Amino acid sequence: MMKCNEAARAISDGLDRKLNLVTRMQLRMHLFICHYCSDFFTQSRFLRQAAKQDAARKSATEE
Amino acid sequence: MNDAALDDRILAEHRDYLLRYAIYRLRDEDLAEEAVQDTLLAALQAKGGFAAQSSIKTWLTGILKHKIVDAQRRACRDPLLLDSREDEEGDAAGDLDSLFDKNGHWGSDGPRPWANPEAALEQGDFWRVYEMCTERLPKRTAMVFAMRESLGYDIEEICQNLDITATNCSVLLYRARLGLRHCLEKNWFGMEAQGE
Repeated sequence: MMKCNEAARAISDGLDRKLNLVTRMQLRMHLFICHYCSDFFTQSRFLRQAAKQDAARKSATEE
Repeated sequence: MNDAALDDRILAEHRDYLLRYAIYRLRDEDLAEEAVQDTLLAALQAKGGFAAQSSIKTWLTGILKHKIVDAQRRACRDPLLLDSREDEEGDAAGDLDSLFDKNGHWGSDGPRPWANPEAALEQGDFWRVYEMCTERLPKRTAMVFAMRESLGYDIEEICQNLDITATNCSVLLYRARLGLRHCLEKNWFGMEAQGE
């Protein structure tokens, strides 16, 4: 069973490259039962959205 | 080419914009100043390259982006910029383990649900907190995060540009996400929940 520290790292890595099949399955099972890691997953995707919007916001005010 | 005559005066007009852009990307005025100088110099040397471009500003910004990557690459090799926590190569992200207990579970600072994060993106106060949180990250961690998430580079490009291993890059991104998440929860999303 994947632990939270392993799951969190896999969540982060999964945002940057394709995880292998085994890791993907283990992560999916972990996320099914762990609300902390599910929140970390949602929040990491939100950070991506925020970083993009931050860049757009900055260049808009610079125009 | 004559129709794209570039002279010092035209370049000077764009200088302020380029500098603001570089400071935002590099978060360091000296490095930014240097990158803009390099850009203007390159522009003067390559006037011909401008002809096919839509606007001088777009063209200059394009050159500047390359100069910024050069500056980031140099900065990352500068030992003064290396945070002690960033020294370790590879997977030895020791400090991150303190977020988890000995069984690998999240400790007391583990993630909590955030109420309506999309709404935060519309609020000026949120962006002030966001900025503070990104500034708290170690410099190189913040740089890798910005290259990945704001500029959309993939891991290979970041590795090549900063001369670090893919594993090291992944650790830095992981650290940035944990750090930003934690800081935003402490200073924004957690506060909101208390106020309700």
